[in-house]
Amino acid sequence: MTTATTDTPMVELKGVKKRFGDLEVLKGIDLKVERGKIVSIIGPSGSGKSTLLRSINNLEEIDEGSILLDGVQVNRPDLKGLAYERHINHIRQNMGMVFQHFNLFPHLSTLENVTLAPRKLKGMDARSARDLGLELLERVGLADKPSAYPNSLSGGQKQRVAIARALAMRPKVMLFDEATSALDPELVEEVNQVMKGLAEEHMTMLIVTHEMAFARDVSDWAMFMDGGVVVEENTPDRLFTNPDQERTCHFLRKHLGNQASAQMPS
Amino acid sequence: MELMDINLMMEITPLLIKAAWITIDISARGLFFGFFIASALVAMRSSRFFPIRSLARAYVSVVRGTPYFVQLLLVFYGGPAIGLRLDPFTCGVVVGAFNIGAYMSEAIRGAIESVDSGQNEASRSLGFGRFATLQHIILPQSAGLMIRSIGVLAIILVKNSSLVSIISVVELTYQAQRLIGSTYKPLEVFTLSALMYIVIIYAVMGLVEFLYRRATRYTYL
Repeated sequence: MTTATTDTPMVELKGVKKRFGDLEVLKGIDLKVERGKIVSIIGPSGSGKSTLLRSINNLEEIDEGSILLDGVQVNRPDLKGLAYERHINHIRQNMGMVFQHFNLFPHLSTLENVTLAPRKLKGMDARSARDLGLELLERVGLADKPSAYPNSLSGGQKQRVAIARALAMRPKVMLFDEATSALDPELVEEVNQVMKGLAEEHMTMLIVTHEMAFARDVSDWAMFMDGGVVVEENTPDRLFTNPDQERTCHFLRKHLGNQASAQMPS
Repeated sequence: MELMDINLMMEITPLLIKAAWITIDISARGLFFGFFIASALVAMRSSRFFPIRSLARAYVSVVRGTPYFVQLLLVFYGGPAIGLRLDPFTCGVVVGAFNIGAYMSEAIRGAIESVDSGQNEASRSLGFGRFATLQHIILPQSAGLMIRSIGVLAIILVKNSSLVSIISVVELTYQAQRLIGSTYKPLEVFTLSALMYIVIIYAVMGLVEFLYRRATRYTYL
C-alpha cells in the first residue's frame, strides 16, 4: 500500500484490462487524475468508457492492471471473501458515483436518499444527517423537496438528488457515468450547473459524457476512447478543436455538427 | 319443503367455528415456520458454495415434484419407521411448513430479483455491503411483491389444510365429515364449511392487501 501525499494522483490506473468472455473491452488503460482536477472521457458507444468508470468503483472487476485511489490500491487480488468485501466497501465510501439512470431509492424520500449512507455507514446521528442532507439538497437546488419521493421528481431533479446522495459521503472523487444522457435536453443544463458548481469547488471528477460542449467547458483534461483504448488525450481546447488522430476528428465531427467541425483539420 | 335445514345449520355452526379455528391455527403456524424455512432456502440459494446451493435447489424440486397429500401421508405413516413420530396436528404444521416453505422461497427469490439491478449498484457504490443492501434497499422494494405472492401461498395453505383430515386432525373438513355422519345432511354441512373457508380466505386477502399497501405506500406519495 502506498502512502498518499499531496503529489499522489487522486485516481491512477495502470495497464487496466477488462474482458467480458472473449471480448476485451479495456485493452490496457493508463490514466491519472490529479487531485482537484476534472477529466472527461468521450467516445462512441461501446468504446469502454463506462466500463472504465465502473471498474474504478469495482462494479466491474478488472482482469489485469491496477487502480489506485489516493494511493490506495482498489483492486486487491490478494484479498478474498469478506476481507475483500470490507476493503471494497471502505474504498467505495470515498468515491461518489452518479449513474445515467439515477438509481435513486424509490422507497425513500429525497432527504432519506441523501442521508441513508452517512447514517448507516458513518453512524451519523439523525439530526446531523438531516442537517447535512438539507445542506446538500440546497446545494443542488432542491431545498424545497426534502419530503418528495423520487417518482414525483423530474429527471433533472432526480439526477441532482443522486449527486447530493453521492456527495453525502464526502467522497474524494466523483465519478459521473453519462449523468445527463437519459435527460430531456431542457433538463440537461440544470444538472450541468450542479456539476460546474462542484468543479468550482475543486472536486476531483472523472466524467464520462456525450456533452461535448460541457466537457470542453469544465475539464482540465480530455480523453477520447475507442475500441477499449485511449486513442488520444489532451487539454480540452486542443482535443476538441485540433485533435491529432483521424478517429477523434471523425467522432467529433459527428457529434459537434458542422459548426464545430469547420474548425477542424480535414 | 325447505331447501336447507336452517335450524340444523344454526345448531352445528359453533362446532364448525371451533374446527375453523383449528384450520386457522394449523395454517398460521405452517405459514410462520414456512417463512423461516423459505428464508433459509433463499440464503442457501445465494450461497457462494455450490453444494449448499444445490441442496436447496434439490429440496425445492422434490417438494414441488410431489403432491402435498403424499408428503403428508409419507411423514405421518412413514415417519415412525425412521423414528419420526408426530401427533397429527404437529405433523400437519410441519409438513405444511416444509411444503409451503419451498414455494415461498421461490416467491421471495422472485421478488428480490424483480428489483432493478441499478438499485444494487447504487447501494454498493455508496459502500453498503451485500447484507446491508438487502436490508435497506432490496427488501423494502421487493416487500410488496413478496407480500402478494406469500398471500397467494397462504390461501393455498388454508385450502390444503383440509387434507390433514386424512390423518385425523379435527379441522374444518374433518369436523364437517363427522357431522355428516351424524346428521346425514351433506348440503347444509358442506355449504356452511365452504362459507367458513371463504370467510377465512377473504380475511387473509384483506390482510394481504393492507400489508401490500403499507409496503408500497411510497409509490402513491
